[in-house]
Amino acid sequence: MQQQTSGHTLKAFDQDIDRLRALISQMGGLAEHAIGEAMRCLIQRDTEGALLVVANDKKLDALEIETERRAVQLIALRAPMAGDLRDVVAALKISGVVERIGDYAKNIAKRVPLVESASKIEPISLLPEMARIATSMVHDVLDAFVQRDAEVALQVCARDDAVDDFYDSIFRTLLTHMMENPHNIGHAAHLLFVAKHLERIGDHATNIAEMVYFAATGQHMADRNRDDDDGGG
Amino acid sequence: MLMKEKTPLMPTTPMPTPSAAIAADAHRRGPSTVEDGAVPRRRAEDRQPVGGSMVDDAPAPTALPDPDPGRTPKMRAHEVSVSYGDKQALNKVSIDIHDDRVTAFIGPSGCGKSTFLRCLNRMNDTIPSAQVTGKIELEGEDINSSAMDVVQLRARVGMVFQKPNPFPKSIFENVAYGPRIHGLGSSKAELDEIVEKSLKRAGLWDEVKDRLSESGTALSGGQQQRLCIARAIAVDPEVILMDEPCSALDPIATAKIEELIDELRGRYAIAIVTHNMQQAARVSQRTAFFHLGELIENGKTSEIFTNPRMQRTQDYITGRYG
Repeated sequence: MQQQTSGHTLKAFDQDIDRLRALISQMGGLAEHAIGEAMRCLIQRDTEGALLVVANDKKLDALEIETERRAVQLIALRAPMAGDLRDVVAALKISGVVERIGDYAKNIAKRVPLVESASKIEPISLLPEMARIATSMVHDVLDAFVQRDAEVALQVCARDDAVDDFYDSIFRTLLTHMMENPHNIGHAAHLLFVAKHLERIGDHATNIAEMVYFAATGQHMADRNRDDDDGGG
Repeated sequence: MLMKEKTPLMPTTPMPTPSAAIAADAHRRGPSTVEDGAVPRRRAEDRQPVGGSMVDDAPAPTALPDPDPGRTPKMRAHEVSVSYGDKQALNKVSIDIHDDRVTAFIGPSGCGKSTFLRCLNRMNDTIPSAQVTGKIELEGEDINSSAMDVVQLRARVGMVFQKPNPFPKSIFENVAYGPRIHGLGSSKAELDEIVEKSLKRAGLWDEVKDRLSESGTALSGGQQQRLCIARAIAVDPEVILMDEPCSALDPIATAKIEELIDELRGRYAIAIVTHNMQQAARVSQRTAFFHLGELIENGKTSEIFTNPRMQRTQDYITGRYG
């Protein structure tokens, strides 16, 4: 693995790459906030707040476009190589994934007015904890990108199992509720979607972790245990 | 057997039909007609004037774009060191140069890449203070042994320099000079043929065919450089060394030379020194990074530029060096 030990001889190159990292950080911050707010609105039945989450998703879309524009510009003007190139390509891909995570948060927020008296349904108490883990995965993996930290990326991947376990557990519980009382089916289905969205957010964080790992090491995560020894001939 | 002549990736000249090749040059190895300008590929022991009879015993070369690195290299350098007086310019460099591939040497100024390139056809012999140690083999023969005729070596290992350096003679004479002194082409017709196919291969024929008697120095920079490449390939070399062949050229002329390099790599082993890393990335299949007289890293170009193993390589190619 190579570290980006020092800055480029051409300082403007560093500024461009830093700007790209900052954009990804900013997108990550907005996405985390959106998940947190969407879940708060769901639990507290805050319809007004949910509308705000939906409206704020536009910011994330705009930042994705800005990231893409800057990444393409950087490739054209700076011709990045090796670790730099992997970073820029990762930023380009990550921005799309974070935007998607924002869409899931928006979708959760849209369900807030549809889930009436959901607090009567038991699994709602599990959802915030599931959301907390998924959000922390997003947070940590984007930090890992900014720090080029492959270790943290690996740890994030390991946490996806916990999110999946939550989903399985919530799925079974909601199914039970639906069977017990058909009146619950509508609410429970919405909550099931919420759980599914959170589970997908965890998957996306894992995908980002793989991109971060490749950007930082030049190796694909799946290949990390393979002995890569194709020497120069 | 007839198609063993390697096919360039992007041929600009049509491949000859097998029947035409049989009719025109049954005694030669591979198709070689005036139309396509192919020069027969020969092994060292087979070298003799074009048109002479030859035993067809050379193994058929494969034309894979990136063959197994394990196969026999065209040239092999083993622990080559060079010093100019007290100053050590190169320290124990070992590397293989393969057929069918362009090997790019990159590195900062003074890293020894040009010095190393010049070792490959003993150009350092011309510098009195230069001392070369280590072993360099061309097809298994030690090029520094007393049995090696240096003039013959430089015909087998041709060189193209940074600044186009055509002779102040006609375009025709620039190309015909080498074959004539090496006894390739005894008749005017044979020389005409060699000149035409060399210029065709260098992608210059269409631009100069009506003015072969004009001076080579009257051509544009890019044309002069292609004339120098035509001159190098006229003597049917096995290896072509290029020392910054495009640094004096504009982007269009550079693109033409790069396209030419890509076409020629099917026929010759090519080693190129370049300061332009984008160029190394564009034209080569193998890249060797030199630093302070040492070979730091040598590998597939696609890997060197996306995932180098050595920190110093990474720092250099990403613009963090120094």
